[in-house]
Amino acid sequence: MKKVYAREEYCTGCGLCQVHCITAHSPYKDNIVKAYKKTFPRPLPRVIVEEQRPVSFALQCRHCEDAPCVKACITGAMQRDPATGVVNNDESRCVGCWTCILVCPHGAVARDERGKKAASKCDMCSGIHEVPACVAGCPNGALEYRGEREKEA
Amino acid sequence: MEYCIVGNSAAAIGAVEGIRKRDKTGRITVVSAEIYHTYSRPLISYYLAGKVKIDKMYYRPLGFYEHNGIRFIGGKPAAALDTKGRKVVLACGDEIPYDRLLVATGGKPFVPAIDGLDKKNIFTFHKLDDVKAIEKALDGRARAIIIGAGLIGMKAAEALSCLGAEVIVVELANRVLSSILDEQAGALVRDVMENHGIRFVFENTVKRVLGEERVTGVELADGNRLECDLLIVAIGVIPNTDLVKNSPVPVNRGIVVNKKMETGLPGIYAAGDVAEGDDAVLGVRRVIPILPNAYRQGEIAGLNMAGDEAAFSGGFAMNAIGFFGYSIATAGVPGGPDYEELAVLDPDERTYRKIVLKNNRLVGFIAMKDINRIGMLTGLIQEGTNVGSFKEKLVKTDFGYLDWPCELRRERVLAGGGL
Repeated sequence: MKKVYAREEYCTGCGLCQVHCITAHSPYKDNIVKAYKKTFPRPLPRVIVEEQRPVSFALQCRHCEDAPCVKACITGAMQRDPATGVVNNDESRCVGCWTCILVCPHGAVARDERGKKAASKCDMCSGIHEVPACVAGCPNGALEYRGEREKEA
Repeated sequence: MEYCIVGNSAAAIGAVEGIRKRDKTGRITVVSAEIYHTYSRPLISYYLAGKVKIDKMYYRPLGFYEHNGIRFIGGKPAAALDTKGRKVVLACGDEIPYDRLLVATGGKPFVPAIDGLDKKNIFTFHKLDDVKAIEKALDGRARAIIIGAGLIGMKAAEALSCLGAEVIVVELANRVLSSILDEQAGALVRDVMENHGIRFVFENTVKRVLGEERVTGVELADGNRLECDLLIVAIGVIPNTDLVKNSPVPVNRGIVVNKKMETGLPGIYAAGDVAEGDDAVLGVRRVIPILPNAYRQGEIAGLNMAGDEAAFSGGFAMNAIGFFGYSIATAGVPGGPDYEELAVLDPDERTYRKIVLKNNRLVGFIAMKDINRIGMLTGLIQEGTNVGSFKEKLVKTDFGYLDWPCELRRERVLAGGGL
């Protein structure tokens, strides 16, 4: 399956990937201003930016083949879409027990405790955009969306 | 191929999904003592507290059995195993033949012989029916006594407290959650619980249950008496090996299995809380009664039952649990004199993080309140990574990939994480 790969040599740590992620997961998926000014609470970014100058990179769920979060989920909310391979959390069934956070080896699942407690993670913009918003919105090409065996550009 | 799975929880569902990866057509019969569609046992405390409704407790969607071509026999306990005739005999007399059998009967509450336990309003806290019965018995501001401050007793205490009950927890050890927390961490949780009105009696136990027809109180080992309207016995869970009791299937504490989850008898497998699988941290075979472990063992069993060659890489104790919004994450060994420990405590913030090492390998951790990205540590335990060069960074609450040695980090992040 296609995944998002970070290219840390091009990442400046600007955080625009997070801005585009938040926007894509708001009710105004194509409008940053409305997403930020009219959405309460604003969605959490599902991409993490790690930075310690001069190194920085963005990281989101790796959608592991043998995903520990799917196997460990106590409610069955965390499932892999058999058609796309994307690991998705059904937030309506998630109770916020954080077992997925306990087992995610990449630390790519976050707690969202602002409303109904639910685990928040990258959904590869499934059903929102063709290309994940973080990739499309990165000004430097520091995020690539490609198949596992395709060569880095 | 005729598959029979006894049990209907995480290990059983793992097995169904494992079998169906390899064999789309073989006949699968799932036999359950409970009548319910597969549901999540850890959610019963959420159900009791009113945080989830029954339709959100289902571990898989309602069409799961149909979708996977499963014959589901619910509400009929399996009574015996005929290993020669290769069939499971149900209590009602029906017989289920099998070519491949999975025993996924889980655990059952351990209830010691305490005088007076035959009275009304005394419960265990294990199944959906347990909490349904507790729900019925609750009446106004009930006073509840819970025996045991382990994972189950503490979740029961939280749920009952949320419903307005006065709760006292009686515990033999000197602290809460003694199997997964050290004294420091135990004190932090106890404080949270006490702030919500839950009382604790430590280093003590119930000697006798008081009351006529119904429970009205307990007498403790030290002679003190406590009054209550209901009593919950939450001392522990033991493997439910009843089904194989009079069969040649080898049982130690749990059913003994190899890495393929085979019992050694032709076609018979076991997985989940009833089975003794490998503990990857302690290097022994033992029962690790937690859901993620049950699912993984079940899936491995299912794959092998369907003719694959899959090996269980070993599990270890791990728990993510919370009380009144206070989060706890633990894995592996909680510490001790044989280990190297690094810890950071902030009593005002109630945060605590301890990592436990042996020969520069991470073998355990305790994280209190701030559990962000804690799975990175679980991954390091699982993979047995030598963390010698960055171990002091593991206690940071913002521990991230930048704290890893560069090559290790790149390998993991850029490989795309096919863990």
